[in-house]
Amino acid sequence: MGLNSGWAELPGLKNRFIFFSLAAAAIFLLLALRLWYLQVIAAEHYLSLSEKNRIRYVPIAAPRGPVYDRNGDLLVDNRPAFGVSVLPSEVEEKARLLDRLAPYLGVEPAELAKRWEKGMRYSRYRPIPLAEDVGREVMEVIQENGVSLPGVLTEVRPVRSYPYGETAAHLFGYLGEITEREIQEEAYRDYRLGEYVGKVGLEKTLESFLHGREGQRRVEVDVKGRELRLLRTLEPVPGNRVILTLQRDMQQAAEKAFADQAGAAVALDVRTGEVLALVSRPGFDPALFASGISGEQWIGLLQNPRHPLQNKAIRGQYPPGSTFKVAVALAALRAGVATPATSVNCEGKVTIGNREFRCWKREGHGVTDLKKALKESCDVWFYKVGIDLGIDRMSATVRELGLGETLGLGLDGEKGGLIPDRAWKRRRFGAGWYDGETAIAAIGQGYVLTTPLQLATMTAAVVNGGKVLRPHVVKRIEDPAGQILFETAPEVLHSAALPEAALRTVRRGMEAVVNEPGGTAWSSRLEEVRFAGKTGTSQVVKLKGDSDRGQDAIYQHRDHALFIAYAPADDPQLAVAVVVEHGGHGGSAAAPVARAIFASYFGLEPKPETADAAGDPAADPAIDPAASGD
Amino acid sequence: MRPATRLPTRPSTRLPAEIEKMFDRRLLTHFDWMLLLLICLIAAIGMVNLYSATSSWDPSGTPVYVKQAYWLGIGLLIAFTVCSVDYRHLEYLGFIFYGINVALLLVVLVAGKTTMGATRWIDLGFFNLQPSEVMKIVIIITLARHFSEKGHSSGHTLRELLGPFLLMGVPVLLIMKQPDLGTSMLLLFIGTTIILFAGVRRSALAVLAFFGLAGASGGWFLLHDYQKERIRTFLDPERDPLGSGYHIIQSKIAVGSGGFFGKGYMQGTQSQLSFLPERHTDFAFSVFAEEWGFVACLLLLLLYLLVIFVGIYIARRATDRFGMYLALGVVALLFWHIIVNLGMVIGLLPVVGVPLPLFSYGGTSMVTTMIGVGLLLNVGMRRFMF
Repeated sequence: MGLNSGWAELPGLKNRFIFFSLAAAAIFLLLALRLWYLQVIAAEHYLSLSEKNRIRYVPIAAPRGPVYDRNGDLLVDNRPAFGVSVLPSEVEEKARLLDRLAPYLGVEPAELAKRWEKGMRYSRYRPIPLAEDVGREVMEVIQENGVSLPGVLTEVRPVRSYPYGETAAHLFGYLGEITEREIQEEAYRDYRLGEYVGKVGLEKTLESFLHGREGQRRVEVDVKGRELRLLRTLEPVPGNRVILTLQRDMQQAAEKAFADQAGAAVALDVRTGEVLALVSRPGFDPALFASGISGEQWIGLLQNPRHPLQNKAIRGQYPPGSTFKVAVALAALRAGVATPATSVNCEGKVTIGNREFRCWKREGHGVTDLKKALKESCDVWFYKVGIDLGIDRMSATVRELGLGETLGLGLDGEKGGLIPDRAWKRRRFGAGWYDGETAIAAIGQGYVLTTPLQLATMTAAVVNGGKVLRPHVVKRIEDPAGQILFETAPEVLHSAALPEAALRTVRRGMEAVVNEPGGTAWSSRLEEVRFAGKTGTSQVVKLKGDSDRGQDAIYQHRDHALFIAYAPADDPQLAVAVVVEHGGHGGSAAAPVARAIFASYFGLEPKPETADAAGDPAADPAIDPAASGD
Repeated sequence: MRPATRLPTRPSTRLPAEIEKMFDRRLLTHFDWMLLLLICLIAAIGMVNLYSATSSWDPSGTPVYVKQAYWLGIGLLIAFTVCSVDYRHLEYLGFIFYGINVALLLVVLVAGKTTMGATRWIDLGFFNLQPSEVMKIVIIITLARHFSEKGHSSGHTLRELLGPFLLMGVPVLLIMKQPDLGTSMLLLFIGTTIILFAGVRRSALAVLAFFGLAGASGGWFLLHDYQKERIRTFLDPERDPLGSGYHIIQSKIAVGSGGFFGKGYMQGTQSQLSFLPERHTDFAFSVFAEEWGFVACLLLLLLYLLVIFVGIYIARRATDRFGMYLALGVVALLFWHIIVNLGMVIGLLPVVGVPLPLFSYGGTSMVTTMIGVGLLLNVGMRRFMF
């Protein structure tokens, strides 16, 4: 016992230790025997129990956030749709089940099997969607036959609904089932297969705000997948509410004014950059996408030559035609190349180098100063002043007005247009710049491309002192409780350094366009509200000399009609840009759309065009310099 | 720390200076590396198991197994701190600790923090103190002190046992009142183990057994409804398979379906499907059993049994009676935690919410266990000191 012997005098201590050690070992042995029983003798039994033993997680889709216009009109909402999905872990005979299910759903069993396989790659324990929006009757039939369809679930899911049909469809965009690629991305980490996500438009850019959070029902199920009891319900969190700057009635008035013409229109508040209308025509029915568009319908939309899916207001790049003269005039005034009094004698044509450039008016405008050049859209004045100004100075000022850049409206796919200069041409073609090209650019043809959104922004800048405001369409975003998450404030992208006198001069010219006899938009004037504008016609294809490019021409050969405008002329609030594709002349095709927008904005009764429209020299068909020069 | 001044008075064949050097080395030489190794091994297996048990959880925040690693680190630090101070100081501090701890238990009853219907904690601002947990260690020290003084060769009489039963009974009743049936029961088990080891006369044992049974049946009426329900359910889990019987049934299915070799790491359907409740705390072993099977369970049991044996060995070789009782008390603490937890998850005992030492996630359990381990190491390395 060594050193311990001093105290361990208790008799039987050794025995006591032995007894306690044995007792401990015996109790451990008991545990081991119990484990032996559970894991070896009864293993089969428990294994089968564990196989049958399932908690089913049934996801509850969250309603996406609603979208309102600036006055609280509900533009995009949700409605309930019935979906059918399957829990693979509870199906024993897949082929038989699908054969039985296919007739109810009206889908081939092979197609169902394909969807099944796709879903299996993600999770065996989550429902795989087989059919969307099947209708109440189908759902009821499936529920009645539930016993013979083990593992089949029916679920109610909110899908998008559009109380105003096609209205502003391009702005909202549409949803689509999440793709296998998307689901790998970090942004869609919490998404599951079968969920719908925004594919374009606001639905896409505001996805994280609109989506909401999926809820879940935890259900105890038995061997046959029958629900035994609800364990827990996690309520879904609906998406946030989006309040737009859009004004629904104005949007609809503009869309209606397009009738069956194609094109785009943008209406902005010149003081804030708020978008009050954003039209792209032709439109599409966004409800088609709400629960899965058919292949046939999709191909139909894609192959339509008038591109109904494209948002032309932000993606359509058109030569601005004579509307561009507003910017050129400002550039010339700023550079001191022209003054309000600068006059040119327009004889209907001018020779630059060895080529002849014609004015749209064969007989010429005679002696023309700046105001008249804008009012009657004299090309010769702009050829000459444009060449004096030079392409680089012209382009620099024009860019300051917001043309040739993306403005950051907040929708995907916004295009930047093109404002050419010497450096650009060298980069692009490796060639020098010619005066003739400057002349063509000065009337908004040639390489120049702008979007309707840019034209509206430029118009706003012309009347608000040269400020290029970032156009925006989202006013604010609120969570379901009404807490403001996001609010847009007016943002000045940059200020064009333009003398006030120059801006005033150009505005006077624009007023004359609409409000003085002989102005190219005289026929579109409104009695109640004085507005100002500038027409434009841009050629689409080069045609020989006198070939018809008007209403009798082949549709695709007709010129685009453009119009930019603001109102009221003495206290500008609203800036509008309109492009009517192949519409012919700006004055006759595009100005009426702007007129309809103003009428709606100022609460005027829609009226037919002013009586003296017929026979008025409303058109300013820009000539084809190339054709005429040769 | 080194009681070197006392050494020369001991008879020795060596030179005092040499002895002093030798003695320093002895502290290290007699450090129980085996115990430390076993503890670390079990904790490591526990952490690997926690990783699987919580793998399907929301990835936000610090993962549970990482937090457990922190706690293990803190626990080891505590163990080393505890074993660096001679345990014999505790002999004198024991009763003071006891007094403070009982006072704290009273504070809990009066002004404790209530969570999920139980009042067990004192909110200290930076952390929540659970005095009942501390009491597990303090009762060991207190009883060790008591019996080291009142050694008896022929076993204790009933009268002599009145004191220790009172010492044990006061905290047990206070903890039962919280209510925390699991902890009060463990306290009772630990205390009774020490008392039985200290020796009880046959006559006294018979009387105790009688009162024990009477008390148990009488105690039934003192239990809360939910506690009664647990015991009823334990006796017949199927009576409420989705309610209070749920834990036992699911745990048994997890363990049983693991079979001989298990379903494979991270492959437990019971646990990965969230079928098993509290799978990272009280039911961590069920996850292990499901994924690793019978063979691994046996191995883990063996590791725990080895810890118990090493503990008993340390108690056997202790230099003084206080050290012996102290080590034995710690062994009882570990033993009963292991037995009650495992018994619970494999359906041998009712569900009472007792963690498996080093295996279940939890800072409190880790700290208590490591204080115990520190005491064992302490007694073990000083077995040649006087």
